[in-house]
Parts: sequence; structure tokens; C-alpha cells
Amino acid sequence: MSQALSSSPMSEIEKGTSLWADAFVRLRKNKLAMLGGITIAVILFFCFIVGFVLKVMGMDANKQDLANRFAAPGEAGLLGTDQLGRDLFMRVLEGGQISLLVAILATVITVTIGIIYGGIAGYVGGKIGGIMMRIVDGLLAMPFLIIVILFREIISVRVDNAARFLVNTWKWDSDFVLRYANLIPLTVAIAAFGWLTMGRIVRTAAASLSKQEFVEAAHSLGLSHQRILFRHILPNMLGPVIIYATLTIPSFILYEATLSFIGLGIEPPNSSWGTLIKEGANFLETNVTVLLIPAILFSATLFAFNFLGDGLRDALDPKASKD
Amino acid sequence: MLKIILSRIAQTLVVVFFLVTFTFFAIRAIPGNPFADAKATSPEEQAALEAYYGLDRPKIVQYFNYWKNIVTKGDFGDSLSMKGRKVSTLISEAFPVSLKLGFLSLLMGIGLGIPLGTIAALYHNKLPDYLAMIVAMAGICVVAFVLGPIFQVNIARPLQFLNVAGWSRSSDIILPAITLCFGVAAYLARLTRGGMLDVLSQDYIRSARAKGVKPFNVITKHALQPALMPAVTYLGPAFAAIITGSFVVENIFLVPGMGQHFVLGVTSKDYNLVLGLVLFYGILMGIANLISDLALIFMDPKLRKG
Repeated sequence: MSQALSSSPMSEIEKGTSLWADAFVRLRKNKLAMLGGITIAVILFFCFIVGFVLKVMGMDANKQDLANRFAAPGEAGLLGTDQLGRDLFMRVLEGGQISLLVAILATVITVTIGIIYGGIAGYVGGKIGGIMMRIVDGLLAMPFLIIVILFREIISVRVDNAARFLVNTWKWDSDFVLRYANLIPLTVAIAAFGWLTMGRIVRTAAASLSKQEFVEAAHSLGLSHQRILFRHILPNMLGPVIIYATLTIPSFILYEATLSFIGLGIEPPNSSWGTLIKEGANFLETNVTVLLIPAILFSATLFAFNFLGDGLRDALDPKASKD
Repeated sequence: MLKIILSRIAQTLVVVFFLVTFTFFAIRAIPGNPFADAKATSPEEQAALEAYYGLDRPKIVQYFNYWKNIVTKGDFGDSLSMKGRKVSTLISEAFPVSLKLGFLSLLMGIGLGIPLGTIAALYHNKLPDYLAMIVAMAGICVVAFVLGPIFQVNIARPLQFLNVAGWSRSSDIILPAITLCFGVAAYLARLTRGGMLDVLSQDYIRSARAKGVKPFNVITKHALQPALMPAVTYLGPAFAAIITGSFVVENIFLVPGMGQHFVLGVTSKDYNLVLGLVLFYGILMGIANLISDLALIFMDPKLRKG
């Protein structure tokens, strides 16, 4: 998501749009943010491209080799093997796929709902906008993890049944369907309650933009509300949306891992970084690598997204970056 | 002042009402029933159990009965998964544990985070600032479920006097409290830094410096109080969240607090237990927000008029 969003400012740079060009110059000077961006690119490349290629070449993250348990890094596979002799490198990559997919998909949903809901609330304003924001406030006052857990439980059995239907009746590939079906309840549950802050941010931006002269000019030209909202107001609040989306991804990665760690997220035999860390923690005394490798990768990803997000905020919103 | 307190209480009641209503119907919408998983229950026994707990009646009747029992008898119902135990007993046993642990880690978080944030602001864009912010970022990114196991093996194991997990000795609070405090400290450091930078650029700080107030006193007597406003706003909800128990830390260190009851309650579909915990949490959250509101009014005279 952030990749898709941040590429649009890049293409505008070539056209010479000075605001984004300025922001990009500021971002390039921020070494931590650049490091974060590069780290994210490397992790995405390894998880999705290298992981996919290796899988096509026949490496299996779930293949057990009990004779080869807890092999040291380099001994068997690049990073050794886990408690059941499974290749740790493959497991970390496939776990990363799930963790990142959950977070990125949930962020895409969050941004979409947030922009539409917040945009309408801010643009319409008045009583309707007020009521819309009261609803957001009420939902925000609820404990996030608790409602996410409850909501996930409600939909997970139903999604599971649907996936089994696809496999049994339509003969879809069961490995593929069950693996990705497992992440749907979690993603939907996180996104269903995760868009609230985005909605607020967008509303604030839309409300202040819709009072400006260029919107008035658009009105006097007789443009439709829809066109004004999506073609005139929306492009002008891309900055805050990009910043917040970049900072949302790590928090969703964290929620996914937390829920998987307490057993209410991704379920075995599927793995995410959360479940890998949980499994690794059981064997910490004898084999540190089984915990350490997913944990380092997980923390590095969170670092990278947070630093990039902070850097983007400094670059796109110089006024706020003083503090 | 009174108006603020009353509106906060009204707001809390509304939130608690919606929270309980949502939870009530949400947890009953989870497929399956509380007694199906229990070992060796025949359909007749299941039906008898459901009748005993009133679960055979229409949901809307159950819903009104639930409120009626709370309002008239103060009764939160019986736990469905732990036979013969009342939800209120379970909460009153578990809450002190979570409260003690949460309070200690919050204190440690404050003691760590606020000085860190202040130092970062004082050395803005210099080495101490970068170091402090990287440490704070580490507190957010190196999460409890990574830290906890590492502490267990590298601190509890070599130091024989600390238990790896459990809640039998008074020293058992140390490791979970340390694990929990880093997250709080990290957020506080970032908020304090932001607030401090805001305040330090204001005119009255320059006046204080110009008239020769010692640098240390400028910070402690003039700048710190307004600079802590964002941190105090965060501390209200954070306090409620942390004293109601952390799912992860209680899970790692086998702490008999409220977090594990909640996770168990959801997985075993213990309707009454989950509802009781959510209700309790909602009320605590309201109280904590009220306290942080009052603290903000106390700290900022501008808010007193409104």
C-alpha cells in the first residue's frame, strides 16, 4: 500500500511538482528514514519474491525432517532448522508473507474506509458530519484488542466453512485456500475497527480544505460534489494519509503478532512471525536461533516502518516536524 | 468542573452500555456453545446446563435479565467454564494481581520515560536526542513477547532467586513488571519530548532564562508541568489498559491476572466471564479518563474556565 501510494508523489516529481519534490529532498536527507525504506524494500523482496521463487523450486516450509532437528544456521538450510526439522529460512519468509499481507491488506481497507467516511463527514460537515464523528468517537472509546478478538471469533468459523466448501466442492488447491483463508478473519477484524483514527485524520483535513477558495471556485464552476470531493479535496490530503498509513502498517503487524502469540490469530499449521516467535520461545534455552531469527526480523520491520513514517511526517509536514 | 465530571460520567455510562451490548450479542454470535466442548456431556446434559444458566431462552430475554441482575442484585452471573464460581469472585481475585503488576510497571515506565523524553528535548537534534529516540523506538518495536522469554532465560535462569514464571513469591512481580514497563516508557518518552520542545520554544521560557533562572529550574519549575500535558492525556487510557492485565505478559509469566481470564473466556465461550470483564474494563477506563481530565484541569488553568 505504502509502496503504491508513495510512488505517485515520485512520478509527480518528474513533472516538477515542487511540493512533493521538496518533500523528497527532505526525506532523502533523513538517514534513518532512508534506511527504513531500504530495509522495507529488502524485506518485501525476500518475503514475496525470494520466498515465492524458492517455493516454486520445491522448497517447503512445512516439510518435517525429524532427523535434522535444531540444525545450526548453515548446517541445513541457510538459517538452520526448527524443532521439527523444518527449514527456518523458508518458515521465516512464509511467516513474513502472512504477517505483512495481514498488515498491508488491513491498511488498504483502513485507508479506503477512512478516506470515504472521513471525507464525506468533513465535506458535508454540519449535523450529519457531527453525527458521523460521534459514532467514530464512541467506537474509539472501546478497547481495541477486545472487540477485535470477539469479531474475529465470530467470522473465523464461517470463513473456514467457506474455504472448505471451495476445496471440497470446487476442488480448489487446499494448501493455497486454507493458508490464505486463515488470514481473512484476522485482517477483516483488525480493519473493521482500525479505520477510526484514519477517518478522524481525513475528516479534519477535508473539513479545513472544503472551506478554501479553490473549493469555492470548483462549486461556482458547477462541479458535482463527488468530483469536488475526489478530484479536488482528496489529492490535497494525500500527505497526512500517506504518513498515517505508513505508521498504521507496523501497528497492524504488531496486533497480528500479539493475537497470534496468545493463540487467537493465525493458527497452525500456518505460520506468521507471531506464531514463529511463540514456538521459538518454547525452545529458547536450548536453541536461541529459533526465537532470535523471527524476532530480529519482526523488530527490524517495525523499526523500518516507524522510522520511514516519522521521516515522511518530517518531510511532508515540516510545520509539525519541529517537535 | 462539576460539568466536566458529570459529562465524563454520562459518557462512560453510554460507552459501557454499548460495549456490554456489543459484547453480549457478539459473543453469542460465535458459533458453538459453552458446553459443547466440555468432556462427556450428552445432549440431555447440555440442555439441562443451558436451562440452568438460562441460555435456552431468547437472547433478548437473556439480555434484559443480565442487566436486571446487575442493577437489582449486583450479580454478574456464574462462570460457565469454571463450574460453581461467580464472575465477581473471579474478578475480585484476579484484579488485585493485575492492579499490582500494572501499577508497578506504570511507575517504572514513568520514571524511565519522562526523564528520557526531557533529555531528548533538551539536546534537540544532537547525539543524546538521537540515542534517546532510538531507545524509545526500541521500546515500541522490541515487543513484550520477544523481551519476556529473553528475560526469563537470561535473567531469571542465571539469578537463582528469581522464578522463571509463576506467581507464588513476592519477587515474581519483578520480571513481568520490567517487561511491561518498556512499552509505556517508550510512548511517554516520545510524548514528553514533543511537549517539551513545544514549551521550550515559548516566550515565557526565554523570559525565565533572560532573568537568570538556573537552567535546571527553568526545566523543573517552568517547563515540565505544561510539557507533560500530552503524556498525562496518554496516561489515562494507558493506566486503565495496563491495570486490567496484559494478555501477552500474563501469558508468558503465568500471572493469574485478568488478561488470561479474558483469553480463556473467549476461547471457552464463557459468556458471563467475558461480559463481566468487559463491563469492569469499561468502568475502569471511564474512571481513568476522568482522573486524567481532572489532572489536566489542575495542570492547565486555561481549561478551568471551560
